[in-house]
Amino acid sequence: MDIATVFDDVKRMNKRQFFYQVLSFGMIVSSALMIWKGLMVVTGSESPIVVVLSGSMEPAFHRGDLLFLTNYPEEPVRVGEIVVFKVEGRDIPIVHRVLKLHEKDNSTVKFLTKGDNNSVDDRGLYAPGQLWLTKKDIVGRARGFLPYVGMVTILMNEYPKFKYAVLACLGLYVLMHRE
Amino acid sequence: MHSVLQRGNSILAYALSVLAFLTFCCFISTVFLNYTTNTDIKTVKVLVKNVPDYSASREKNDLGFLTFDLKTDLTHLFNWNVKQLFLYLTAEYTTPSNELNQVVLWDKIILRGENAVLDFKNMNTKYYFWDDGNGLKSNKNITLTLSWNIIPNAGLLPNVFATGSHSFKFPVEYTTSRM
Repeated sequence: MDIATVFDDVKRMNKRQFFYQVLSFGMIVSSALMIWKGLMVVTGSESPIVVVLSGSMEPAFHRGDLLFLTNYPEEPVRVGEIVVFKVEGRDIPIVHRVLKLHEKDNSTVKFLTKGDNNSVDDRGLYAPGQLWLTKKDIVGRARGFLPYVGMVTILMNEYPKFKYAVLACLGLYVLMHRE
Repeated sequence: MHSVLQRGNSILAYALSVLAFLTFCCFISTVFLNYTTNTDIKTVKVLVKNVPDYSASREKNDLGFLTFDLKTDLTHLFNWNVKQLFLYLTAEYTTPSNELNQVVLWDKIILRGENAVLDFKNMNTKYYFWDDGNGLKSNKNITLTLSWNIIPNAGLLPNVFATGSHSFKFPVEYTTSRM
């Protein structure tokens, strides 16, 4: 199929067919959004799937691995769990393991984290003056693991041109593909 | 007629779906296995000091020192969907100020294929045993438990507690001399 026939295809489409293609494209986008938002409701986490971006948890997690998170408020945080947390002043959430934890009887809890591959705990990564994390810092807790799959998003973020090329190809394909 | 692109596309799609199916089989074949086992933990030397914690509040906090014996065989926990075990030794105790305290004293990464028969004598802890206050001196019930976090090739990330924990008490006096 060369370029000329592709444009021939578009020309031969009438208005009705064109709108149908646009609608099915919108359908794909909105169902992806629905799945993401639905996962947010089911898992209770604001970001139910994260991609590991650093090597600080090697050899367990490498760059580009995918983690599935849950964040149920009634589930207590315990030592040894892998939590994903946000620190004030850093946009990217961090995936590290809980090293120490102190819980008061009114169930307020403070904890300290450390990356498996780091030699020191995370106090240097927290906001200046912050010694502990609390429950409100947690984005989620790692429950499931899938290797390599997140590599695609890392590639897209590092090479924006590649991202636009992929998006353009997908968009063109969906708009022009005739059943 | 099928162009090169179409052929490549269908080969890639088929290969990916086969890979996804095999990964799922790998996950489902190991998800119901029981990963608990017995361990033997003993403390050898236990003492407690009261010194300023310069890594945190700079106030004088209780700092516990201990050495421990650990004996366990984890070889049978490994299967085709266990990439790594993350072992951690937790001290769990109650103080008047905190209802639950959990401090990881030691951890170890065992990759598949490495020696998983552990027999440590008189091991030092890897991390400092700082209390959040002064709750260690004459504390009667500190429980040491070995746990492991199973890192699969693909699947869930369970935290498993070993059976066979060890309870000990701290001395009623601070040690003031150098160790």
